Amino acid sequence: MTLIGWIQIALFCAVVLALVKPLGLYMTRVFTGERTILSPVLRPVERGLYRLAGIDEGQEQHWLAYAGAMVVFHVAGFLVLYGILRLQAVLPLNPADQAAVAPDLAFNTSTSFVTNTNWQSYGGESTLSYLSQMLGLTHQNFLSAASGMAAAVALVRGFSRASTRTLGSFWVDMTRAALYVLLPLCMVLTLFYVWQGMPQTLGAYVDATTLEGGKQTIALGPVASQVAIKMLGTNGGGFFNANAAHPFENPTALANFVQMVTIFAIGAAFTNVFGRMVGDERQGWAILAAMAVLFLAGVVVTYWAEAAGTPLLHALGLQGGNLEGKEVRFGIVASALFAVITTAASCGAVNAMHDSFTALGGMIPLVNMQLGEIIVGGVGAGLYGMLIFVVVAIFVAGLMVGRTPEYLGKKIEAKEVKMAMLGILCLPLMMLGFTALAAVLPAGLAGPANAGPHGFSEILYAYTSAAANNGSAFAGLSANTLFYNTTLAVAMLVGRFFVKIPALAIAGSLAAKKTVPASAGTFPTHGGLFVGLLVGVIVIIGGLTFFPALALGPIVEHLAGLAGQTFATGG
Amino acid sequence: MAHASQKSLLNAALIGPALLGAVTKLDPRQMVKNPVMFVVEVVAAFTTLLFVRDLVTGGQDLAFTGQIILWLWFTVLFANVAEAVAEGRGKAQADSLRRTRTETTAKLLTGAAAAPGGPRDAHRVVPGTDLKVGDVVLVEAGDLIPSDGEVIEGVASVNEAAITGESAPVIRESGGDRSAVTGGTQVLSDWIRVRITAAAGSTFVDRMIALVEGAARQKTPNEVALNILLSGLTIVFVFAVGSIPSFAAYAGGAIPMTVLVALFVTLIPTTIGALLSAIGIAGMDRLVRFNVLAMSGRAVEAAGDVDTLLLDKTGTITLGNRQATEFRPVRGVTAQDLADAAQLASLADETPEGRSIVVLAKESYGIRARDMAGLNATFVPFTAQSRMSGVDLDGSSIRKGAVEAVIASLEAAPALVSVGATARVLQPRLDGAAAQEIRAIAEEIAKAGGTPLAVARDGKLLGIVSLKDIVKGGIRERFAELRRMGIRTVMITGDNPMTAAAIAAEAGVDDFLAQATPEDKLALIRKEQAQGKLVAMCGDGTNDAPALAQADVGVAMNTGTVAAREAGNMVDLDSDPTKLIEIVEIGKQLLMTRGALTTFSIANDVAKYFAIIPAMFLAFYPQLQTLNVMGLASPQSAILSAIIFNALIIVALIPLALKGVRYRAVGAAALLRRNLLVYGLGGILVPFAGIKLIDLAVIALHLA
Repeated sequence: MTLIGWIQIALFCAVVLALVKPLGLYMTRVFTGERTILSPVLRPVERGLYRLAGIDEGQEQHWLAYAGAMVVFHVAGFLVLYGILRLQAVLPLNPADQAAVAPDLAFNTSTSFVTNTNWQSYGGESTLSYLSQMLGLTHQNFLSAASGMAAAVALVRGFSRASTRTLGSFWVDMTRAALYVLLPLCMVLTLFYVWQGMPQTLGAYVDATTLEGGKQTIALGPVASQVAIKMLGTNGGGFFNANAAHPFENPTALANFVQMVTIFAIGAAFTNVFGRMVGDERQGWAILAAMAVLFLAGVVVTYWAEAAGTPLLHALGLQGGNLEGKEVRFGIVASALFAVITTAASCGAVNAMHDSFTALGGMIPLVNMQLGEIIVGGVGAGLYGMLIFVVVAIFVAGLMVGRTPEYLGKKIEAKEVKMAMLGILCLPLMMLGFTALAAVLPAGLAGPANAGPHGFSEILYAYTSAAANNGSAFAGLSANTLFYNTTLAVAMLVGRFFVKIPALAIAGSLAAKKTVPASAGTFPTHGGLFVGLLVGVIVIIGGLTFFPALALGPIVEHLAGLAGQTFATGG
Repeated sequence: MAHASQKSLLNAALIGPALLGAVTKLDPRQMVKNPVMFVVEVVAAFTTLLFVRDLVTGGQDLAFTGQIILWLWFTVLFANVAEAVAEGRGKAQADSLRRTRTETTAKLLTGAAAAPGGPRDAHRVVPGTDLKVGDVVLVEAGDLIPSDGEVIEGVASVNEAAITGESAPVIRESGGDRSAVTGGTQVLSDWIRVRITAAAGSTFVDRMIALVEGAARQKTPNEVALNILLSGLTIVFVFAVGSIPSFAAYAGGAIPMTVLVALFVTLIPTTIGALLSAIGIAGMDRLVRFNVLAMSGRAVEAAGDVDTLLLDKTGTITLGNRQATEFRPVRGVTAQDLADAAQLASLADETPEGRSIVVLAKESYGIRARDMAGLNATFVPFTAQSRMSGVDLDGSSIRKGAVEAVIASLEAAPALVSVGATARVLQPRLDGAAAQEIRAIAEEIAKAGGTPLAVARDGKLLGIVSLKDIVKGGIRERFAELRRMGIRTVMITGDNPMTAAAIAAEAGVDDFLAQATPEDKLALIRKEQAQGKLVAMCGDGTNDAPALAQADVGVAMNTGTVAAREAGNMVDLDSDPTKLIEIVEIGKQLLMTRGALTTFSIANDVAKYFAIIPAMFLAFYPQLQTLNVMGLASPQSAILSAIIFNALIIVALIPLALKGVRYRAVGAAALLRRNLLVYGLGGILVPFAGIKLIDLAVIALHLA
């Protein structure tokens, strides 16, 4: 660990924090329908879109209608994407002559992009046409992110409104999220990335003659535009198979830094949107503080573990940190930081191979996802996931002040607890359930490249990443099989919609309630006590469930490594 | 019953039936109401079956497996013991109540005899159980009142010790706010005509028995929500533990079923699951011991949530009646003169105000009581028309009364006063300056929260006696405490706003409602509720009934009318309105106890993971020994110690569940910090020590 490393981490945190307020203010204005700096340009476009789609802007929806609209919208998006992937061979913009995507892979990939997971069982440059990338994937990158933001806004309205049946309009929230937030920012970012050296072309792949005289095909494409939304929308699906480790997808240190910042930007600012909309910005800061505590703990452990390196190599006289699977141009700190950010935020883009991290260094990304992607989390999804934990934390601890629990003046009762538990339950079911299945079925055991606990971690990581809608891979797992494509797709669907729909149900139930004014008897939810409580509940309820699995994966691997043992055979 | 039954928490006489009750509660149909413990029972039964199979076919580690199973059953039994002990305390009270419900006979009046004023001797003796709602019965001295009813004629002193534990008799009379009588209580003197208002089996005593026995117990909304949370956690642990065999198979090992079950049972929130219903029953029981009957658990819970407390001024904030505090003469009259006249006018006045004037005159001016007969005085009683009372003696007349009433009487009827033997002159009309002066004094007194009482002798104003509401000692501190709890207090009074404001300031309430009518009260409650607040109030009169029904917590006084008792969701047997404050505290205590034990239960899991996970996987991953931070002796002793701790902690916490976590009015943040420290951090640390100690004992006893 070096001073310059810590400075990089501190700089990253400072820039993200600095963005929270301005971006939060802007997004609040967007979602409350107030005038923004971009309104003169975008408002006519927005109105035109509504007219085109026959949407009445003023018509608000009950939570069921809101959730229904969202589901219908995603089913349609899924069908379009599936169609494009299956038909890409006969569709235009296919200079590399890619064949049709196989049914199970197309199912997996469509699900993956619709659920904002962007798990990639395929190699982008060797599987997909430009049309599939741009019209299929990039378009879902925008819409799945916008849908997450819409759900978060709806949940926030549940807290901020009182005695009403409606949560706003899904169509309006979606449109505004994409049009006012994602699109303008992506335009700026795309230009920035092009300046940094990312390709942005519809031209064919380039053949180059190497110094040895061999021929090499260099894959190109509209990279910069996809990278912009991939990070900003916490999608993570890379244009190239190597994702952000590829020099074209991550050309410079500055591009790397900006990518890391944009992963967190909207998610972190959403806590401020929350605070502003409920009328007390401190509430948002408290949520962000809880996220920050968990994030920094992860960064410290991962950075320490990677910088410390592997005892087995030390024993052989190879001192220094663990550089296996890392781009030397990013080094240990930027790789470790990137890994924690991308898994904390449900992004899933990688600039290093998590599979090659040390046991503990690789465990942190795993834990980040197992907690449910609530450390900043996916755009919107992070906030609603976190608020589900808030409901549980408030319910347990709120009783201890001698009142039936309430948060922001809303009583937390049976219905909210039921929905929150449903949202919390589905993650261990998907993550542990499918891992348990894959760990004994031959089809599952065929996947991992390594034996012993590390192979187990590879399986666990895949299902964890899918259910948490992260999409990063531990590598090492051959996941493009019928078994993995199908089960991972199911995990992605459940992990997305069985959290999102309960979150909307909570929103609907809360919006219908009265807001109880705060008194000396209600405990303040903007202080350190609340932050500590929230972190404790997340770790104990969200994290401890995975302790047995972690013990059999990274923990035992780490302990064995300390003792100089490996698991080279068997498995 | 209540005062007599302040028993210790775990009375020896209660333990025996409780143990028996614990076994009968193993019936799955009863257990299913408690999802967490039901799950434990199911896995205990399942592993018992496996154990029996292994006994027959011969298996390994039978002694160890047997012990685990034994402790699984103990876990279930301990939970049942907790509930049975809590119920047992209520049962003892129910039994003493039931004794009052012995067969009574009733003197049924029919036809003309049933109407007030009808003949009393034309009654027919019928069994009390035959009475129907609307029947009219005669109850005479010595008779037990056969059922709940309303006095429609007569006045009687009634011994209500059977339900209130208070041996001093109370007066019950027709009309007014003291017309309700309760079945099972005894008329000591006189007779009353009673219209029956409750059918056999649904009388007040019947309801009380059902309540204290817990038969009428339904899960409260918060309990339902908590049960959902606990069930959810249980399912999470089904996934966490259910996936282990497959993980172990991947690693090349196998985990015995008993060990998996042990891990599962220690992880699921058994502590709170076991104690949840005991906490609820104990909360109701605590109210009963305070002589308050809650008609539902929901009401107790709502009490903890109360934001606004409506309190009647008289009897709650102030002592029942106004008392004289000062004599204020007009110019030209000495205070001694005024006191003398006021005392004479009050000698025969038996109202508390009147008596307080006599007392003040004696204490301040040494004017002793005089014999009315000896003075040849005639008392002029207060009437609603004159709004004055007084005395006529030796041709002189003294009047005291409301200031305006006295002034008006002097203006309207200038008195003929005899001067000497023959001359009779007309007394001049009221001196305007004196009236002005007296009004100024009156206003000054009213502003300070007092009630002015003008005194005039022979048509001449002497001055004013200031009567004041005496705010109860210590009430100010109580309100300050309530404010720290986050509860707003509103004083309800019929006084004018000026007086009300002064008393409100003196008592330290947050707000007041002056010149309140029942409609005003109801409107105020609705207004508060519209803001999302929960409102508590108490009342006794029939005109309080709508407000009592509207309030979230409506405490009816036992002395009140039938209508009031029906409308409230609690009845205070002592008829002490200040008890609202204790009721709120009991509600809060109930919720806090639930939260504290839930937190403790969940926090316990950390240590249990560290005890069982290394033990479980040690056979194939010996490296995991590092996680055995407690240094438990062997895998078997570790697992056994964890499950023993898990069972014993239930027993250890029964007293806390029954007694409740103490509520302190220190503000929510401080309270939460303290409880999180004790039950959260304590919940993480205690099991580390506990499991280690049990492990030492297990090894010493060679159990594993």
